[in-house]
Amino acid sequence: MNKIAVIDYGMGNLHSVAKAVEYVGRELGEDIDVVVTADAAKIAAADRVIFPGVGAIRDCMAEINRLNVGQIVADAMKSKPVLAICVGMQALMNRSEENGGVDCLDFMPGDVRYFGSDLRDESGGRLKVPHMGWNQVKQTRPHPLWRDVPDNSRFYFVHSYYVQTENQKIVAGVTNYGAEIVAVLADDNIFATQFHPEKSQTAGLTLLRNFLQWDGGV
Amino acid sequence: MGLAKRIIPCLDCDNGRVVKGVKFVDIRDAGDPVEVAKRYSDAGADEITFLDITASHEGRDTTIHTVEAIAGEVFIPLTVGGGIRSLEDIRTMLNAGADKVAINTAAVENPEFVRAAAQRFGSQCIVVAVDAKQVSAQGEPPKWEIFTHGGRNPTSLDAIEWITRMVDYGAGEILLTSMDRDGTKTGFDLALNKTASNAVQVPIIASGGVGTLQHLVDGVLEGEADAVLAASIFHFQEFTIEQAKIYMAERGIEVRVT
Repeated sequence: MNKIAVIDYGMGNLHSVAKAVEYVGRELGEDIDVVVTADAAKIAAADRVIFPGVGAIRDCMAEINRLNVGQIVADAMKSKPVLAICVGMQALMNRSEENGGVDCLDFMPGDVRYFGSDLRDESGGRLKVPHMGWNQVKQTRPHPLWRDVPDNSRFYFVHSYYVQTENQKIVAGVTNYGAEIVAVLADDNIFATQFHPEKSQTAGLTLLRNFLQWDGGV
Repeated sequence: MGLAKRIIPCLDCDNGRVVKGVKFVDIRDAGDPVEVAKRYSDAGADEITFLDITASHEGRDTTIHTVEAIAGEVFIPLTVGGGIRSLEDIRTMLNAGADKVAINTAAVENPEFVRAAAQRFGSQCIVVAVDAKQVSAQGEPPKWEIFTHGGRNPTSLDAIEWITRMVDYGAGEILLTSMDRDGTKTGFDLALNKTASNAVQVPIIASGGVGTLQHLVDGVLEGEADAVLAASIFHFQEFTIEQAKIYMAERGIEVRVT
């Protein structure tokens, strides 16, 4: 039995993630048990943990702090594969510019910045914010979760803020929107995506399948 | 290379069946929504929009089950619209597996609802659907007003002002349908789309009037739409999503090729 816990802190649509993981498990023919929960004991009992998040960071961090999710994530990060998605990834950083500035969990080095209200492409064309839709992800280093995912595959993004880090060693994928930005951070047993694998069809499902089989090593 | 322009097939559903009307009347049956959504997703659709036009209360339960079934099979973004009138309705649809909801009439009746929805669930899942009709005469500067209840009720609200206001209130995306063009297969209202796209920072989905693949290209290149929505050209197999993507790519539009 492969137990997957999707951490539920009341922010947004976690059902998509759970449904995608269940689907991938069925395809693998594996016995998968997906729980959507904030219960520390259940998450501690899981083999793998998914830390999703949507919406505004202030509300997310308020719920994370209220439900002591930071400790739960920290515990999971010590011992098992963790996949953070979108605002879940942003919550792992030091601080976000959103909502006038919000302190985050500081589990990974870097900050979360706004795209700006006058974002332009290389030829000066106006870029909409949020960055919403399918963009290509360049794999900047090998990783077990990239197995069978062609380089430059498109994934589904929806965000107005992006992660910036000084530590290029933990960047595993980038995309281009106005500038080259972080699409994936990977450090030991943590894999964090700005995009939504659960909404990224074949490429995303392949990544989730890899996560279900990942032992947390690199 | 960068962000792809999206092709979004739209499933108008009545009592659990995909239908498509011309100018919001004269409904034709186009199949089972789960099968249709799966077919489109496999063919490379970038998102699915599901608009529920069921009137009855019992029909709403059918809709929720249909959304659940689609979300269990289709792993691309799913927007659900039609009859979204309360935060509870939004919660229900998100729990059923929708990624975004489209709010139309309820936004006009109570604009603060959009603000509350964006605050509660985040702008990324709040789409405001706008049905616009040109009200200026030929030769006058173009002007559009919005209509509600499937295009039946005028509101005297200026469409561009309304869209700007909805974005201020937290709408993360605008689904913009031309009532003049919907079902006519004569192409998008390009002036409407371009004006709206330049007025706001969020993506605009152009809707209403697609009859040829060139219309999709025009919507992006001239209408400056971020995504193009179409129903009947795909439902009745006049064109496939693949054909649409190849056609757009050949004309220099960046699309997701699967």
